[in-house]
Amino acid sequence: MSEIGLPFKNGLKMSKRSNQSRLYVPEPPFRPGDKPDYSYITVPADHSPPRPDPMVDHHETSDHSLGLIRVMRFNGELAGEWNPGLSADTLRTALKNMSINRAMDDRMFKMQRQGKLSFYMKSTGEEAISCAHTMALQDGDMIFPTYRQVGILIARGCPMKDMMCQLLSNKGDALEGKSLPVLYSFRDYGFFTVSGNLGTQLIQGVGWGMACAYKGTDDIASVFTGEGATAEGDFHYALNFASTYRAPCIINVVNNQWAISSFQGIAAGEGETFAARGVGYGLATLRVDGNDFLAVYAATQWAAERARRGGGATVIEHFTYRKEGHSTSDDPTKYRPENEGEVWPFGDPLDRLRHHLVTIDEWDDARETAMQEEIAAYIRDAYKSAEKLGSLSTETGIDPLTMFEQVYEELPGHLKDQREDFKSEWAEKLG
Amino acid sequence: MAQMNMIEAIRSAMDVKMSQDPDVLVFGEDVGYFGGVFRCTAGLQEKHGLHRCFDTPISEGGIMGIAIGMAAHGLRPIAEIQFADYIYPGYDQIASEAARLRYRSNGQFTAPLTIRTPVGGGIYGGQTHSQSPEALFTHISGLKTVIPSNPYDAKGLLITAIEDNDPVLFLEPKRLYNGLFEGDPHSPAKSWAGHKFGEVPEGHYTVPFEKARHIAEGTDVTILAYGTMVWVAEATAREMGVSADILDLRSLLPLDLESISESVQKTGRCVILHEATRTSGFGAELSAQVQESCFYHLEAPIERVTGWDTPYPHAQEWAYFPGPIRVSKAIRRVLEG
Repeated sequence: MSEIGLPFKNGLKMSKRSNQSRLYVPEPPFRPGDKPDYSYITVPADHSPPRPDPMVDHHETSDHSLGLIRVMRFNGELAGEWNPGLSADTLRTALKNMSINRAMDDRMFKMQRQGKLSFYMKSTGEEAISCAHTMALQDGDMIFPTYRQVGILIARGCPMKDMMCQLLSNKGDALEGKSLPVLYSFRDYGFFTVSGNLGTQLIQGVGWGMACAYKGTDDIASVFTGEGATAEGDFHYALNFASTYRAPCIINVVNNQWAISSFQGIAAGEGETFAARGVGYGLATLRVDGNDFLAVYAATQWAAERARRGGGATVIEHFTYRKEGHSTSDDPTKYRPENEGEVWPFGDPLDRLRHHLVTIDEWDDARETAMQEEIAAYIRDAYKSAEKLGSLSTETGIDPLTMFEQVYEELPGHLKDQREDFKSEWAEKLG
Repeated sequence: MAQMNMIEAIRSAMDVKMSQDPDVLVFGEDVGYFGGVFRCTAGLQEKHGLHRCFDTPISEGGIMGIAIGMAAHGLRPIAEIQFADYIYPGYDQIASEAARLRYRSNGQFTAPLTIRTPVGGGIYGGQTHSQSPEALFTHISGLKTVIPSNPYDAKGLLITAIEDNDPVLFLEPKRLYNGLFEGDPHSPAKSWAGHKFGEVPEGHYTVPFEKARHIAEGTDVTILAYGTMVWVAEATAREMGVSADILDLRSLLPLDLESISESVQKTGRCVILHEATRTSGFGAELSAQVQESCFYHLEAPIERVTGWDTPYPHAQEWAYFPGPIRVSKAIRRVLEG
């Protein structure tokens, strides 16, 4: 089993004794102070799990839920049936999107540490998933993301300044400071408002997909969860309804090994893959190397075609590693070894795509340097112009009366009264 | 004018909206071919098509979730929860998602959906087919909660709910589906036929939210009620010969505070009725509102008449139900006070 990269602890199947009376509580393979050793996860050498026709009977993808779709070899070459055959220009765009994502994360993390933002969440190590997935979809497709897919907005061309205003909770924020930083909402970029409650949006995305079908459009919905929140009932509602109504959607499980401090075994990940959850529901299932841009792209393309042609939903598990803490409020050194991310056997998604581009002679140090300079300037300029519009740590510039707006379409009587009460309270405060 | 019971009025509201607006669709457990356990959706699938009135898995969280996704995409779903007692798996989707979508996205995404669900006892439904959970929903900002007491209001309020651009919880007092109920289970069943509120227009009309209905005009005491308790109040006051100002609140959130304070300021006495359990029930909110707006007009302490703080028992249904004896005692106390 370890040949296909299943994350069983120490590569061993759990032994079971009869009449075992001790409660079993799973523990991650490594804790702080341990030397992480992922030799039990064998990176599959076979780059050719077959690529069936996207309209195939879902049973024929059952094995894909246990395998791992990969396209990029570590030597920079491409292999296997899933190679989507993208142009060098597209790959350079991909590298740029992922690089913007990482640079933005680094900059915003620093700004949070300097007290400019109240909160931030990085997606380091997972950039390929959101960027590749989005680039393989169409603009009309609505994505229901978690808080670790800002790459969707970057890949769809959302202005950096608009995102940063949301992070700063200032008057440039389209949400007028109503939501926590990172819980973006950008309808114009097909980015559904992120809920802080995990898992809830999976079933909503299925409903969105059903509405696409009801209206007779070719659009689809794509929904995201981490592996941790697959334990929520909403995940199972989503799979059940997606199967029952053949909803045109993609259900993505980003298995980054960690849900804050709980390893994926706490979400019943020790004995089975997350992609395999879809098999019992009669859905197509794919499991993909989430650090391989081309593999994610190819899997998305396959699932999107299946959904658009009436074949229903696909569950895709993106197998990856969360390189940083859960959020700026988290300290991962408290529960896992510091260098786990560095020894993760699937490498870094940016390095891998860059290596491939260099291998095919479509990238070099000079271009890399120029791109990084361009990105640094883009991030710096966007931040400067965003910060001019205020911040939570200085002055947001947002009228506090907006607090009463958008609770309902129209203000009911009791809120009108409370609004008046607040006005006098505020006037008193301002003296 | 057509004669309808509450089931027919509710069905007519959905039929009218489905005929007018292709974005309106209906789903829930057993609502499709079969037409719902209370028959509210009977014939809608046959008339409007399989994809516009269909069965769902037994999954209230799932039903709420797809309703939100569809509504966000511009449809106007009407989701039926078979009994309000089953709504709790969908509570997170209602409280954290449907009611918050507009606010969280600052208006980019909205959830114009209607949740229909039968509430209340009186049909020997026991603990799991009798509850009145309205107070668990009136506490949620961003959600509207309404409850009719008769066929005319049921149809008009339901059409208003479907056309509303915010999520609406539409509670259906199941004891009133087939006829008026005045609180005595041993008296002969009364039909809506012949009752003025059983006269229901066939076509489109609306009944506004945030507007209570005067059931009776009186000078001695104000009775605030909704759902099943409206007719228990009316019959009991009539029987006692009390001049009661009876308000059927109809819309719990938003609430018609103006009519409530106008009435209590006139009578100086107030009795609040509901079938739900007492502690932290909606009556507590009403009592607080009356106290805040009418304190100097009150001649007696406000009385609450409610179900007991127990689960809704099966065999002891009529011992639990706040019937005419409990209501008349409270009215008497408040008049003496």
